[in-house]
Amino acid sequence: MGLLSRKATCNTHGQDSSYFLGWQEYEKNPYNEVNNPNGIIQMGLAENQLCLDLLEPWLMKNPDALGLKRDGISIFKELALFQDYNGFPAFKRALVDFMGEIRGNKVSFDPNHVVLTAGATSANETLMFCLADQGDAFLLPTPYYPGFDRDLRWRTGVEIVPIHCTSSNGFKVTLPAIEQAYRQAQKRKLRVKGVLITNPSNPLGTTMARDELDLLINFIEDRQIHLISDEIYSGTVFTSPSFVSVMEVLKDRNLDQTQVWERVHIVYSLSKDLGLPGFRVGAIYSNDPVVVSAATKMSSFGLVSSQTQYLLSAMLLDKKFTKEYMSENHKRLQKQQKDLVSGLEKAGIRCLDSNAGLFCWVDMRHLLKSNTFEAEMELWQKIVYHVKINISPGSSCHCIEPGWFRVCFANMSESTLKLAIQRLKSFVSSIGMKSQSHQELKSLRRKARNNWVFRHSLQSFYDREQDTTTKVSFSYRPHFMSLSNIAATLDAAA
Amino acid sequence: MAIEIEQPRVGLSKVAVSKTHGEDSPYFAGWKAYDENPYHETSNQSGVIQMGLAENQVSFDLLEKYLEEHSEASSWGKGAPGFRENALFQDYHGLKSFRQAMASFMEQIRGGRAKFDPDRIVLTAGATAANELLTFILADPGDALLIPTPYYPGFDRDLRWRTGVNIVPIHCDSSNNFQITPEAMEAAYQSAESMNLKVRGILITNPSNPLGATIQRSALEQILDFAVNKNIHLVSDEIYSGSTFSSSEFISIAEILETRGYKDAERVHIVYSLSKDLGLPGFRVGTIYSYNDQVVTTARRMSSFTLISSQTQHLLACMLSNKEFSENYIKTNRERLSKRYDMIIKGLKKAGIECLKGNAGLFCWMNLSPLLEKPTRESELALWKVILNEVKLNISPGSSCHCSEPGWFRVCFANMSEQTLEIALERIRKFMEQRKRN
Repeated sequence: MGLLSRKATCNTHGQDSSYFLGWQEYEKNPYNEVNNPNGIIQMGLAENQLCLDLLEPWLMKNPDALGLKRDGISIFKELALFQDYNGFPAFKRALVDFMGEIRGNKVSFDPNHVVLTAGATSANETLMFCLADQGDAFLLPTPYYPGFDRDLRWRTGVEIVPIHCTSSNGFKVTLPAIEQAYRQAQKRKLRVKGVLITNPSNPLGTTMARDELDLLINFIEDRQIHLISDEIYSGTVFTSPSFVSVMEVLKDRNLDQTQVWERVHIVYSLSKDLGLPGFRVGAIYSNDPVVVSAATKMSSFGLVSSQTQYLLSAMLLDKKFTKEYMSENHKRLQKQQKDLVSGLEKAGIRCLDSNAGLFCWVDMRHLLKSNTFEAEMELWQKIVYHVKINISPGSSCHCIEPGWFRVCFANMSESTLKLAIQRLKSFVSSIGMKSQSHQELKSLRRKARNNWVFRHSLQSFYDREQDTTTKVSFSYRPHFMSLSNIAATLDAAA
Repeated sequence: MAIEIEQPRVGLSKVAVSKTHGEDSPYFAGWKAYDENPYHETSNQSGVIQMGLAENQVSFDLLEKYLEEHSEASSWGKGAPGFRENALFQDYHGLKSFRQAMASFMEQIRGGRAKFDPDRIVLTAGATAANELLTFILADPGDALLIPTPYYPGFDRDLRWRTGVNIVPIHCDSSNNFQITPEAMEAAYQSAESMNLKVRGILITNPSNPLGATIQRSALEQILDFAVNKNIHLVSDEIYSGSTFSSSEFISIAEILETRGYKDAERVHIVYSLSKDLGLPGFRVGTIYSYNDQVVTTARRMSSFTLISSQTQHLLACMLSNKEFSENYIKTNRERLSKRYDMIIKGLKKAGIECLKGNAGLFCWMNLSPLLEKPTRESELALWKVILNEVKLNISPGSSCHCSEPGWFRVCFANMSEQTLEIALERIRKFMEQRKRN
């Protein structure tokens, strides 16, 4: 059949199938404290499972929110019919207040500038449709969330051009790197429409410094392009430095009400902060009324269930609850991160200093056989198959330095985390590698980038699919039925 | 508020600034007029009555009763044991229990005459998303889909806006009750070819919006044959399948496939939603059912952009897997819609207005062509404005549905109480009397 994606053809190379294998292996053999203590521990999933126990009692205490009632009276009909793409007003108000709280109320948001979408996945894609034409490009600092390859590019036809960041300065964004990316885009005859940052960063787990944000604002002002700040992890900042949103910087520089103000857009979601990815609650925030208007209409293709909007408006309006929740959330995230970092340290493994997110950016360069992505893959396979931990290799995040891995810590209990650390410790001692000094690494480093590794963008990696053919009870005679180019290009080459 | 800037908006995409979202059409303008002056039984009796919104409000009591008696559907049970797992569930395969419930509900609607495999169901946030998604998968920008007229105005946005796909109409007219004929399909195909547009599929709505009638078996056979001959896809939007007034009159494309032993099935895709049959448009529940494995796989992945809230999946899985509830609901809903339909047809007849013979949906297709000054679109719009501003009824002019014959209007009847419907009919009667006198 003509449809089969390049994924299928790439599989013949063999290596990229390891991306599937991590997920698949986990699904085949998932760790369970009681039933399967030797299974694979899932540390490749950026979910916040640490505070769901705080939400449960709130639900019990607020039966109206769940029961679709207001003051004891059923409003089922009102909600069932509510499909206004402008969103449930009470929910938007509650959401902007919540967003303001997260930013220490240094900025306030106008509910009329919010567009609700079915998750940040939908928000990011919608912004692409609004800001860029097919064949245009957005610049993204690496390493970045693998899902962007699909979310920003698949149906939109927009290209991603990487702004390469390295460990030499803690992976911060620099002006030379941005300019280099811009030139690269021009070389490829791509019109750059903007920059997209994730702040706090996935996979780094760090918040952007004010000077980085200044740099970016200056750059977009100069080139007259857009800046999207995906702040989905803004509520997971558990220690200093505190979170500084790009909105805050604009305000402090008195740039609100100027042209650049209208070219900065924020993406948010409740999937990470509140740990509710299943409820599909995302938002776009923009100061450009044309963007708000277009995005609002587009949100028809991915509205948030009114049932869910109602529940969450009640929850977020309970300011006492959300304050306590966020405080406890930060405490637990901080503890879990500390446990992971110190545990890894004892195994001779260092992490990038982080203050946010649900993961750590772990430095395993010294465990590589060579400073190459093949070696990174080899190490990754060992960790999945033998150490029985699923973690995300840096190449899947387009990192240009081999040997970095993203390791999630917020989707498991303390004891599971302990076990994972123990397994890693045993592994490290078993391979008897000595920690190489930073200097040695610098001299070894060469730009050994494997094309097929990058071509294999991680749509499949972040796929939940087990990639076995759908079991169907009817079998239809296979026939060549042509599908669109978009359907065929699940992972257009970078 | 930003200051009005006159120069063209730089920095946004062509899609963002295009008018293909379609919201400048009278279909939406009527809504605005209603929003500004909405009828209310007690507080605004002279307001505009909304008859342009295809919503089903006749069977809410059944849903509310179910929820009262089954609190576990909305609360995950005492102590919320299932909450955690549900809140984390974002798998684009969708909740298996929900897919199973949907498959069985779709079977019940078709009187068991077709079987649906839960693993072929892809969930999307509404049929709006399902239709757009399918278009992304089946056609490339610049390609064309053939759609019989008159059709749901929303398709202009849903199928074309972000996809860049064109719609080429298959013209149907009252000479044969707006049925789709092979000649009309062929003419549309040729028309597309002459415009150098590659036809990738044909999309039908069955039961039809705005006609309020099911497509006959013979026509379905011809449509499928046409798709096979041209080697194109067939999308059957069956969103109103549960709103047929009698269970036996609706024939789904699934049944046609079954009688053909599923030969050529891999080009057929069905769209469904709970927005019309269950009256739950706010919950955003749509599905794509495809007989093509690759479409299922791709659609599933693409549904990441438009997943259904797991909270809502859970509620509906409980509700729809309750056979007693679903069977009673389908039966009762049909009876009530049928009763409403009879009421409006009788009322219109009394006023001297004829409608297309309908047997499904939440609206009727009303013929006001005798009232037109001239058989033109302009006359139709002029009449529409009069009905909106003087009779204070928002109904949808046929031109907004791309009907090639002026004078037809879609009138919704299921989104109001019986009393309100009486008042609307009274207003129409008075209007017609006045016109006779003048």
